[in-house]
Amino acid sequence: MLSFIAKRLLSGVLLLIVVCSGTFFLAHVAIGDPTPGLLGNSATAAQQEALRAKIGYDRPLLTQFWDWVSHAATGDFGTSWRSFQPVGDQLALRVPVTLSVVVFATVLAAVIGVAVGIACGLRPGGLLDRGLKLASVVLFALPGFWVSLVLVTWFAIELRWFPAIGYVSPEVSVSGWLSSITLPSVSLALGAIVMVGEQLRNGFLQVNNQDFVRTLRARGLSRRRVTTHVLRNASPSALTVLALMFVGLLGGAIVVEIVFNLPGIGSLTQSASQIGDIPVLLGLTAVTVVFVVLVNFLLDLVLGWVNPKVRER
Amino acid sequence: MTTAPFPATLAPVRRISLLRRYLRRPLGVVALVVLLLVVAAAVLAPWLAPFDPNFVTFKIVHAEPGNGHLLGGDSAGRDILSRLLYGARTTLYGAVITCVAGLVLGVPAGVSAGYFGGVTDRICSWISDALQSIPGMIVLLVVAAGTGQSFPVLMVALGVFMAPGYYRISRARAMAVRKEPYIDAARVAGVTNPRILRTHMMRAVYAPIVVQTALTAGIAIGMQAGLQFLGIGSASTPSWGQMMNDGFNTMLTFPKILLWPSIALGVTIAALAFIGSTLADLISIRAEQPSKRSRARVRHELAAPSAAELSDRVASGSHEHALEDCALRVENLRVGYATQSGVKEVVRGVSLDAAPGEVLGIVGESGSGKTQTSFAVLDLLPSGGTAVADGIWISGREVSKLSSAERAALLGRSIGYVPQEPLSNLDPCYTIEHQLVEPLRYVHGLSKADARARAREVLVRVGITDPERVLGSYPHQISGGMAQRVLIAGAVSGRPSVLVADEPTTALDVTVQAEVLELLRELQQEYGMALVIVTHNFGVVADICDRVVVMKDGRIVETGRVEQIFRAPAHPYTAELISASLDDVEGRDELDRALAHAGGEDDAR
Repeated sequence: MLSFIAKRLLSGVLLLIVVCSGTFFLAHVAIGDPTPGLLGNSATAAQQEALRAKIGYDRPLLTQFWDWVSHAATGDFGTSWRSFQPVGDQLALRVPVTLSVVVFATVLAAVIGVAVGIACGLRPGGLLDRGLKLASVVLFALPGFWVSLVLVTWFAIELRWFPAIGYVSPEVSVSGWLSSITLPSVSLALGAIVMVGEQLRNGFLQVNNQDFVRTLRARGLSRRRVTTHVLRNASPSALTVLALMFVGLLGGAIVVEIVFNLPGIGSLTQSASQIGDIPVLLGLTAVTVVFVVLVNFLLDLVLGWVNPKVRER
Repeated sequence: MTTAPFPATLAPVRRISLLRRYLRRPLGVVALVVLLLVVAAAVLAPWLAPFDPNFVTFKIVHAEPGNGHLLGGDSAGRDILSRLLYGARTTLYGAVITCVAGLVLGVPAGVSAGYFGGVTDRICSWISDALQSIPGMIVLLVVAAGTGQSFPVLMVALGVFMAPGYYRISRARAMAVRKEPYIDAARVAGVTNPRILRTHMMRAVYAPIVVQTALTAGIAIGMQAGLQFLGIGSASTPSWGQMMNDGFNTMLTFPKILLWPSIALGVTIAALAFIGSTLADLISIRAEQPSKRSRARVRHELAAPSAAELSDRVASGSHEHALEDCALRVENLRVGYATQSGVKEVVRGVSLDAAPGEVLGIVGESGSGKTQTSFAVLDLLPSGGTAVADGIWISGREVSKLSSAERAALLGRSIGYVPQEPLSNLDPCYTIEHQLVEPLRYVHGLSKADARARAREVLVRVGITDPERVLGSYPHQISGGMAQRVLIAGAVSGRPSVLVADEPTTALDVTVQAEVLELLRELQQEYGMALVIVTHNFGVVADICDRVVVMKDGRIVETGRVEQIFRAPAHPYTAELISASLDDVEGRDELDRALAHAGGEDDAR
């Protein structure tokens, strides 16, 4: 079990390194000289030269890379090329907002998705099952921001149940926080709910056809007890989808946050990419990949707990 | 028994009729028509659009529909309809680039990984997993920042993130097809790997890839619109995402500006999603379940009274014992499955019985209906199967009219079941202890300690010498012979009066087979159970059975005592089965010798 954990962690760290280096070079190659973007078109050559020296862009690329990596390893993501604020400070302000929305959406997807999946798995071909199928077809493909626009117009502007825009910190008011993240989370979660539900439902039916289920029934176990066995065997695929959804939700949150005007990483990513603020982009990438790695690690632990065979790999 | 997501035997011939079958689905046809309309709008935009999409008329800023501007004007004073039509061009152009990029990267990699396996597979899969765990939006924004917002480059980058979807599907299909005999045949015939990949493999992945492309296009269009919504993309090229952003900014005062592009986007994505799902249905990705109606139809057809006059609708087989002496009695049992071409009857009127302490063999080749008969007796038919009978008596009680809950209550108590494949019949996620103790506690009401002691005791009884280790093991940690003993222990721990064993030795090594038969015989005598053994092997029959029922095509062709059937088989089919079985199976003497030799330790791994 220990070597299993070590292997998974190692693979996560490897992914983190590969993605961050990839983004570093991709950003530098793609953006090129960032100073026109940072200063605007009216800046003189001398001003650009001064900024290049200030941000260290005049150094060789590999020096800059090493500089970034060695600092990032200690948790220092450098300073923004635009505002000269530490990137870490900006992330500390904004990541909790995005995480609130994404984690809430993931919880919604897990709880409602599992409930729907079980209900449909128990009664395949029933009304709920057919409804899920229809919903999953549409909601899977519709982007979160599209759904969020619909939800904003309906629930926030027409019905005025929720605030249309803005974010309330849980330190100010927990109920305000909840109501400010409800609509964004729901618009992100809808697609994930149907995906998790559909996955679990299909897994459920597949496991139901397996020999050991017949044998369990032949022992006289009640339907509820057999269902517990089926659920445990069907859960890995649904859990995997849930972890994948988390990654998707992080990306989707960027657009949804803009619709709801939430001060998360969405607008930061947007502005940093438009002006070519590479340290901010790298910090954002690193933080999101760390979360993805953590979620995948958690997933592996749970999968290992659910299915003993996985542990021995 | 598990259904593969894509049946490996999907014959290429069926592709021809795929379109025809698709056109029979109303939802699919509507979706296809909608998509074709969008395509037509995109292609014909220069002729259809009433205005230049970028031409600004200050008079129509925020204008309501009318005055020659069918959908009004946007916040910059441009004609919305014209921009929608040209936007469709951008949308579809981008989607095509994304899908092609995803296809080109994902499919060849997936097919090679699935076909070659090994290092190729591990490297490709790691890259695919890594791609799936990167939040693509950030990378796309980085790309957009640098490439001067070049639309095609951005769409190719989006395609890179879509590639894992293609990769996973083609890899799974290639792995399934890799095992098919025709691929081996091609290799033996000297067809080179690249050629096999190009022809056979591409044919195998064709259908799922079409489905995946419909889904990918839908998602790609959504992400593309998201990027445009964020302000990515040239301002002079009209796009739906950009129009939504414009509408979003004036959402409170002029909601219609947001409405039109949202509808266009939503409808297009939904159309693609429904096309994908209809296609997926046609190649059966989603496991469909027979409806209540189809089950009722099967029941009705099986019990059709008019058929009573037909000779093959009369019950086959006979009863040996008086009803009150039977542990099991079946009268005129029929089992049917609903298929597309009507009801398929797999058991067509079977009558048999077995007394306490008697061993009854049900013999026949695969497809003879012997296993279906035993499942019907247990009321454990696979989904889609329906049984009707004039009567089924278990321990003297008529059970065929009971509800399924009441039938389920007999299981484990009155009637037990020993399956064929030992390892697939244990739940891989739980320990042996859990699987033995759970029924004892919750079906037979023992306390936890008692149930554990009983499980241990039964394991010792079935010949397991180290019960503690076995109890603590997971199914994948024990051998097949051991697993079969565990299953027998589980079946008899509730002391049923009838034990149904479906090919209990087929999946085992020859020496272990003899031991397991011996064990079943001992237990049957000890507990005075009626034992029903389903087998294709007359060797097993000779070994253990008192009486035998021979089945062919769902009917009983001969019933009798074992000695009599062996001495003088009345039906030519029986004679054929006997000679076939005895030719390729070691005789009793050889088995006994092997047993004595192995000393019962062989199955402890």
